[in-house]
Amino acid sequence: MSQINRTILTDPLVDNNPIVFQVLGICSALAVTSNLQTALLMSVAVIAVTSFSNLFVSMIRTQIPSSVRIIAQMTVIASLVIVVDQLLKAFAYETSKQLSVFVGLIITNCIVMGRAEAYAMKNPPVASFIDGLGNGLGYSLILVIVGVIRELIGSGSLMGMTVLETTRDGGWYVPNGLMLLPPSAFFVIGLLIWGLRTWKPVQQEVPDFKILPSHSEEGV
Amino acid sequence: MLKKFLETPNDNTAKTITVIVALCLFCSVLVSAAAVALRPIQEQNKLIEKKTKILEIAGLYDANQDVDELFEKFDVKLVDLATGEYTDKFDSATYDQRKAAKDPAFNLVLDRKDDIAGIKRRAKVATVYLVKENDELKKVIVPLHGYGLWSTLYGYMALEGDGKTVTGFGFYSHGETPGLGGEVDNPKWKALWPGKVVYDETGAVKLKLVKGVVDLSKPGSEHQVDGLAGATLTSVGVSNLVKFWLGENGFGPYLKKISEGRS
Repeated sequence: MSQINRTILTDPLVDNNPIVFQVLGICSALAVTSNLQTALLMSVAVIAVTSFSNLFVSMIRTQIPSSVRIIAQMTVIASLVIVVDQLLKAFAYETSKQLSVFVGLIITNCIVMGRAEAYAMKNPPVASFIDGLGNGLGYSLILVIVGVIRELIGSGSLMGMTVLETTRDGGWYVPNGLMLLPPSAFFVIGLLIWGLRTWKPVQQEVPDFKILPSHSEEGV
Repeated sequence: MLKKFLETPNDNTAKTITVIVALCLFCSVLVSAAAVALRPIQEQNKLIEKKTKILEIAGLYDANQDVDELFEKFDVKLVDLATGEYTDKFDSATYDQRKAAKDPAFNLVLDRKDDIAGIKRRAKVATVYLVKENDELKKVIVPLHGYGLWSTLYGYMALEGDGKTVTGFGFYSHGETPGLGGEVDNPKWKALWPGKVVYDETGAVKLKLVKGVVDLSKPGSEHQVDGLAGATLTSVGVSNLVKFWLGENGFGPYLKKISEGRS
């Protein structure tokens, strides 16, 4: 793989991560990370959709009329999501049941549409495919981190295997029920964003405006 | 001609419509092909899952054996819920109780006061699974469902041949909060059910979930199961659906006939 392609692939992992840097796709990251297994399956589904939607959109990009380009992109994305959903129901039935509507909701995931519009409409198919793959992986990375933290603290297990013996099963660990509820993902992702921006200050945004002190000397 | 079409400016109205129609046609073929090709596998998954659950609840499940083969042990019968008699109005192998519950021709709309399980309507005919040994009824497995906190819980209860002692209980489909109401799937909780008695001497449904842990030394504990910690509404829902389905408007008449037939 050439140097450029490698950059396209790895850039969205940390430096330009769709969740913690661009802050996109948060909704599904809250919903499917209560355990690692669903997070992994969701990751696979999103990687497949972002990479192939980028590929197909890029292939027809010169022919898409600009007035209806969003509709054209949505058609491609929605079709791919349905196909992925059907595949999961056929070959990963148990886990796909836990993901329920969230596979279908990949259609509304801002990352997929964002990459199609921002990248695939302007770049050749191979680069677009790699870009989709990279962004899907960046999304997955955060999903897996959040999934590990939530399942470990929330139920004391990983992939359904007991790691910390909970008191309910006669062990010592008192599980934190909050971690099983969607809001806990906000805290985890918030802490991740804080950590990442402390590590890489270049990701910190410049404030849009400066808040003045309430008792300004230049005031009225 | 194709070349000419591709060179037409993208803003041209005719081209816009043609491109979108072609794209939609292509995508619809793709989607339909996936749906049609994968349907048999998906239906098979659903059927196996349902059969596995029934076997688990009946205590007959063995991971090393073929699900379909194990399922042969069941005598599948249809029961008319109003009379409690077996019926052969439909073919028991293909009858779908969940579908029938939605069809006005085969369902019964419940009165608000009777509808404690929050299901609004139920099928007139229900499927039961019987386990027999030398013509003696050993177990009967009945389907039940009702509303919890977020979702309708669908499950089965296995009763002994006397029609009132529980041998197994569990749900095969629900959308309760994982870790709280979702603990209805916890094997430790499900293990509390066997041995519990559904009816008291008068024939009323007594079995229900109680707050906290049941003191097994106290009288009446055979009618009580531990409630789910942090899931009051799911617990209430489970109590209600048990009360409904084993009561007068559910399998009550049928189970009464079974217990009389044996004693």
